[in-house]
Amino acid sequence: MRRRHARGRKAVDLAVRAAASLAALLGIGVLVLILAEVARRGAPALDLAFFTSLPGPPGTEGGGLANAILGTLALTAAATAVGVPLGMLAGVYLSEFGRDTRLGAAVRYCVNVLMGLPSILVGLFVWTVLVVPFRSFSGHAGAAALALIMLPVVARTTEDMLALVPHALREGALAVGAPRWRATLIAFKAARGGLITGVLLAVARVSGETAPLLFTALNSPFWPRSMSEPVANLTVTVFQYAMSPYADWQAKAWGASLLIMAAVLTTSLLARTFARERTR
Amino acid sequence: MNATRPESRPTPPLAPRPHVADRPVADRTAAADAPAPPKISVRGLDFHYGKQQALFDNNLDIAANRVTAVIGPSGCGKSTHLRVYNRIYQLYRDQRARGEVLLDGENLLSPATDLIELRRKVGMIFQKPTPFPMSIHDNVAYGLKLHYRLGKAELAEAVEKALRGAALWDEVKDALDRPGTALSGGQQQRLCIARAIAVRPEVLLMDEPTSAIDPVATAKIEDLVEELKKDFTIVIVTHNMQQAARVSDYTAFFFEGRIVEFGVTRQIFTKPVHRQTEDYITGRFG
Amino acid sequence: MTDRRATRAAPDRRHPRPWGDPLFRSLAAAAAGFFLLLTGAILLELTRGSSLSLAKFGPSFLWSTAWNPVTGDFGALSSIAGTLISTAIAMALAVPLSLVIALFLVELAPPAVSKPVGAAIELLAAVPSIIYGMWGLFVFAPLMSDHVQPFLSDHLGFLPLFQGPPMGIGMLTAGIILALMILPFITSVMRDVLRMVPPVVKEAGYGMGSTVWEVARQVTVRYGARGMAGACLLGLGRAVGETMAVTFVIGNNHRVGASLFDAGNTIASALANEFAEAADPLYLSALVELGLVLFLITFAIQGLTHAWIRRLERSAGRGL
Repeated sequence: MRRRHARGRKAVDLAVRAAASLAALLGIGVLVLILAEVARRGAPALDLAFFTSLPGPPGTEGGGLANAILGTLALTAAATAVGVPLGMLAGVYLSEFGRDTRLGAAVRYCVNVLMGLPSILVGLFVWTVLVVPFRSFSGHAGAAALALIMLPVVARTTEDMLALVPHALREGALAVGAPRWRATLIAFKAARGGLITGVLLAVARVSGETAPLLFTALNSPFWPRSMSEPVANLTVTVFQYAMSPYADWQAKAWGASLLIMAAVLTTSLLARTFARERTR
Repeated sequence: MNATRPESRPTPPLAPRPHVADRPVADRTAAADAPAPPKISVRGLDFHYGKQQALFDNNLDIAANRVTAVIGPSGCGKSTHLRVYNRIYQLYRDQRARGEVLLDGENLLSPATDLIELRRKVGMIFQKPTPFPMSIHDNVAYGLKLHYRLGKAELAEAVEKALRGAALWDEVKDALDRPGTALSGGQQQRLCIARAIAVRPEVLLMDEPTSAIDPVATAKIEDLVEELKKDFTIVIVTHNMQQAARVSDYTAFFFEGRIVEFGVTRQIFTKPVHRQTEDYITGRFG
Repeated sequence: MTDRRATRAAPDRRHPRPWGDPLFRSLAAAAAGFFLLLTGAILLELTRGSSLSLAKFGPSFLWSTAWNPVTGDFGALSSIAGTLISTAIAMALAVPLSLVIALFLVELAPPAVSKPVGAAIELLAAVPSIIYGMWGLFVFAPLMSDHVQPFLSDHLGFLPLFQGPPMGIGMLTAGIILALMILPFITSVMRDVLRMVPPVVKEAGYGMGSTVWEVARQVTVRYGARGMAGACLLGLGRAVGETMAVTFVIGNNHRVGASLFDAGNTIASALANEFAEAADPLYLSALVELGLVLFLITFAIQGLTHAWIRRLERSAGRGL
């Protein structure tokens, strides 16, 4: 049998490894570049006025997006208040009672479907249900849309985290006569690191959503006074300002983008470091 | 490779040569004392996992065309030691070996060693059968295509030869296109052996090759080892002492990273020199 | 059992509530059941909202290229085509690059590089799509119109794909932005798949005297092939529904252009762009019907992904 020279193979190996490394670093580099560019363009817009003033009339300089910041916080908080408990309860069902039931299988299927649903369709749905009948865009609808986006994520995370807790823990509680719900609470405590991570990630995700709010909370140039009317928020503002012909508004859109990006990344980072600390 | 003792008279030409398999185990050791140079010579081998030292001053000679068994309690370093011979430990950044391991007189630990050629010469069979996710034919052809330039006919011939050499040909000759993973555990391991011997290595390293296999298949593989040693030098790590006694010519007993005793298998198992060896053999620990 | 304990003289015992657990279970089941309700409700409402449009256009809605709010003639073809084309471009660009990056992280990079870079990729997957949209509109589109598109039309302009004025925004730009958007996600999943290849199998490859590339190509990727396909399906599902990354740069035009430089629209971008202005009930109904179509597309992709992953899990149980 004739031997093959390893030289050719080694050369190919080196070439491919170099090319792959380059391509990988390039791909990653572009993504990092995007973030850097957003920071570069957004930073100048983030002055004190940005955080404290209302937007002025279109085309004028100055003003800020304080109302939008508040609005986003309010909408996210409202969504979390509704979405997390409901999602966790469903996750509890799936993990504790629904492991082998038909209801459990059906619900799991629905959770999958809902998780993959484009957020714009969630917004569309909430529009038909909460905007059209009341003939008004509202903060309630916006929070509802965001809550519906959080629900399947929280349910899935809860189910997964609770499933990781060993049965022995629950059985230990049940063996001393504790009711089922107390045993579940103990499992909750054991899984709390992962649960918090999951919730934080869901919150981070939802705070950056634009499309569902387009159909529900819309936007507003005023302070968020009531949840029954359109509520100012950062993401829709970015959309509207970016598409506008005013340079000042476009600059503000960058500022808002930087703010959103920073908030989402910080929350995600927090969530992940939290997870890592818990597992140690 | 029948050796003659220096003082013996030449046997008459028509005297029948005793066949290896006919001789009882006790006599096999006589032919095993071949005065040929060792295939592998280990001198002062130290091994570290990060800061932790796992092997301490290992010195060992592996005889050519013989089976050397490496035994010891779990965690004693036998697999670690074996994995130095083909430098597979180098895949992991925090693992380091120091010392000399001479393969045919050349130190394979030297940075100048061609790893690709080393691994062709020194093949490895793992504890868990590892067929690649491809057909039986492609599994065996994998190494052949890497190291040799072969025409279609040559390749088919070499694949058949390797499968025959691993005692697997008859079982798979009509199903060469089936995935390697579709075979039973014992068959998969023999496929891995076929794959290894196809590239014509000189040494075969076996890291507990039958620990994940059922007893019937284990017996087949043990018979195979007996056959394979005609063409290859075999080093087999095993936690099964009966297997070591059945299959090997020489045995090395490891304990906590050191080689406590090394010698002819029969002697190790009947008259061990060291107390520790005796304790392990008689099952007092490990 | 509780009765026996209650009669023993124990100090200050709390009375166990016999209705505690059944209530707990009912609440949890109700929350779970809500999901069933929700899924059904979404399908129902999308269908109801499209009823005007469904009644007027019937199935021809799917292949009509009309889109005239004035005359009240609507068709989904340009949106569906736009969704498919932009997604195809995105997948064609993102999948190979994801594979390379995932291989890089798992096989080539030293841990000092792969750990932080891997973490960075996961964080990047969390960046909201509107950020990509902004960057696409203000930074990338000018780049396309000033440099990339002229280059393409100079060298490949004989192909109808690369003809037309280099406006910057359009199908190609949208496809590229979408690729960047789904890249971190697909890379993450592929990386997880590759990390699950048992080290023993890779050692067997190296033990035969293979180079790093040979093991990666013939052993690692082959072993993880099905999982990688699953990653692609997941990415596909994401790409199809992406709104903001695409809306900024696709141009909102209801034609089906032959050139990738043309403006177009996807279902998601049409909804985002036109919803605010639509007042006419038929117009709104047509938009909702577009949403229904997107729902069905997403649903189909998910079904495929689900079936694929089930196949994967079953074959993984069979050994190796």
